[in-house]
Amino acid sequence: MRNILVVFAKEIKSYYSSPIAWLLLTMFAAIFGFFFWNAVGYFVSVGLQSQMMGSGFPMDMNEMIIRPLLMNVSVVGLFLIPMITMRLFAEEKRSGTMELLLTSPVRDIEVILGKWLAAVTLYASMLALTALNFSFLFMHGSPDWKPMLVGYLGLLLQAGGLLAVGTFISTTTKNQIVAGGATFGVCLLLWVLEWVAGYETAAWAKVLAYMSVVSHFEPFSKGVLDSKDVVFYASLIFLGLFLTARSLESLRWRA
Amino acid sequence: MIKVEGLTKRYARNIAVNDVSFEVEKGQIVGFLGPNGAGKTTTMRVLTCFMPPSSGTATVAGFDVLKQPHEVKKRIGYLPETPPLYPEMEVGEYLTFVGKLKGVPSSELKRRVDEVSERCSVSDVRKKLISKLSKGYRQRVGLAQAIIHNPDVLILDEPTSGLDPKQIIETRELIKNLAGSHTIILSTHILPEVEQVCEKVIIISKGRVVAKDSVENLTNRLRGAEAVAVEVEARDGQPLTAPEVQQRLEQIPGVSRVVFKTERDRRLQFEVESLQGRSIRADLARTVVESGWNLNELRAVGLSLEEIFLQLTATEAAAGGGQQ
Ligand SMILES: Nc1ncnc2c1ncn2[C@@H]1O[C@H](COP(=O)(O)OP(=O)(O)OP(=O)(O)O)[C@@H](O)[C@H]1O
Ligand SMILES: [Mg+2]
Repeated sequence: MRNILVVFAKEIKSYYSSPIAWLLLTMFAAIFGFFFWNAVGYFVSVGLQSQMMGSGFPMDMNEMIIRPLLMNVSVVGLFLIPMITMRLFAEEKRSGTMELLLTSPVRDIEVILGKWLAAVTLYASMLALTALNFSFLFMHGSPDWKPMLVGYLGLLLQAGGLLAVGTFISTTTKNQIVAGGATFGVCLLLWVLEWVAGYETAAWAKVLAYMSVVSHFEPFSKGVLDSKDVVFYASLIFLGLFLTARSLESLRWRA
Repeated sequence: MIKVEGLTKRYARNIAVNDVSFEVEKGQIVGFLGPNGAGKTTTMRVLTCFMPPSSGTATVAGFDVLKQPHEVKKRIGYLPETPPLYPEMEVGEYLTFVGKLKGVPSSELKRRVDEVSERCSVSDVRKKLISKLSKGYRQRVGLAQAIIHNPDVLILDEPTSGLDPKQIIETRELIKNLAGSHTIILSTHILPEVEQVCEKVIIISKGRVVAKDSVENLTNRLRGAEAVAVEVEARDGQPLTAPEVQQRLEQIPGVSRVVFKTERDRRLQFEVESLQGRSIRADLARTVVESGWNLNELRAVGLSLEEIFLQLTATEAAAGGGQQ
């Protein structure tokens, strides 16, 4: 446990002392800010229209602003996650510090968990920026916060799974760019898989669609906590971390 | 303290270490000597549990590197060939991190960091970023991290590479001081280093141990052989070439090697080595005179460890070549 924290603290420190974290946060803040004010602008204009037409149908902030925005975050995350994980192991392999980690009295799984948790934390700090924007809604209206919370949980779970996969990919190469590119490819693939469900209903299409990470997020964005989606993400996390452990193991044999 | 038996490490295409066995007693300093690609780093990587052996066993402090790697790792301090540094960390921060990683209790951590910084003379750069350090300072930080947890066994892969002469001397002193309470294996290409620092040497070439003995014994072992410096001059200004003399000297029975050194004012200097237990000086003198040359000098020179090293690794290379 202590070892996990040691590795975690080191990773967090090196994230924030490199430009990567700041670049990610800035990019994400800009993109999300744009989406947010767009959504708010739309909401306001629709609201004005409905008032003028005298139809006072209730305007739902959760449905009109928060849900689509959370869906956007889920997709934007796919593009940023490779940048979070690419350096995790590739950099250690390149600089020779892997030799320090693997010859220290620390279990491989402790190193892996420390690194993965640091990546998840960086992602969570990006989410914290969105919360800053959302607080504006609470100042001017009264959206329901419970579905939002479920949405955030979903985002974290989804990112956790993809970050675990990215961590695994980072162990397979010395080159950060290669690791980042490959992770991006996998993220993209896991996203577009659901499209096959649009035109095909055969069993294989269902299986592929099931593997799509984004479609499992949809219920979360509506505030629905479904155990089958949680299980899906938990399995993805487990699979990613398991592959990472196997990869480190085989690294020793091939080294 | 360290026991290696029949250790073999195969890579996909080649055998890096082939059936290596040796033992190191507690408190000893052992030099691991060999030319490039001999398998020194590979052996050390097996001992530090960085990679498992293909076959054979290695134990450190009674713990097997395959079966109880965790116990082995706790007891080993390792300085790899390239010091494992994080450029974005400050020196003090880095040493603290490694200390935690090696399981130094929090209460002792600060004291240990102070102590190793002092010992490896990096106290004055504690607040500096590692990326801003010179090569020599990086090497020292590497050494400092290897001893941070006061390990029983120290494995140092070329610890003095990249240091300035003053630092080399200081580092050797440091290593000597660490012996006794620590068991040390260090690898090097530099022979005087072994002569100065180590009690025992293991010479390895092409993945095989070609000699292991105390430094004294090894020097003595070939003492039977002698090396003679010879200076030859042509009589009456007749032309004389080095290959001609070399060829003649090589024909003398008992001579193992003739090395041409220099030519100065038409005087040719050679160094001639004998086979073990053969005295060649009388024959040398006679041959030179009978060939009609002047013998200006004939002087015995000791065979240095360097020459022994070359002899051993050269014969091994010849034997290896014959097998293929
Ligand atoms: N990862 C690897 N994959 C394949 N072969 C390797 C690998 N690492 C080392 N070798 C080979 O194993 C042999 C021994 O290498 P090793 O690094 O142990 O030599 P060394 O004695 O440390 O040499 P040097 O003095 O140059 O450091 C070499 O022939 C080398 O090419
Ligand atoms: Mg080496």
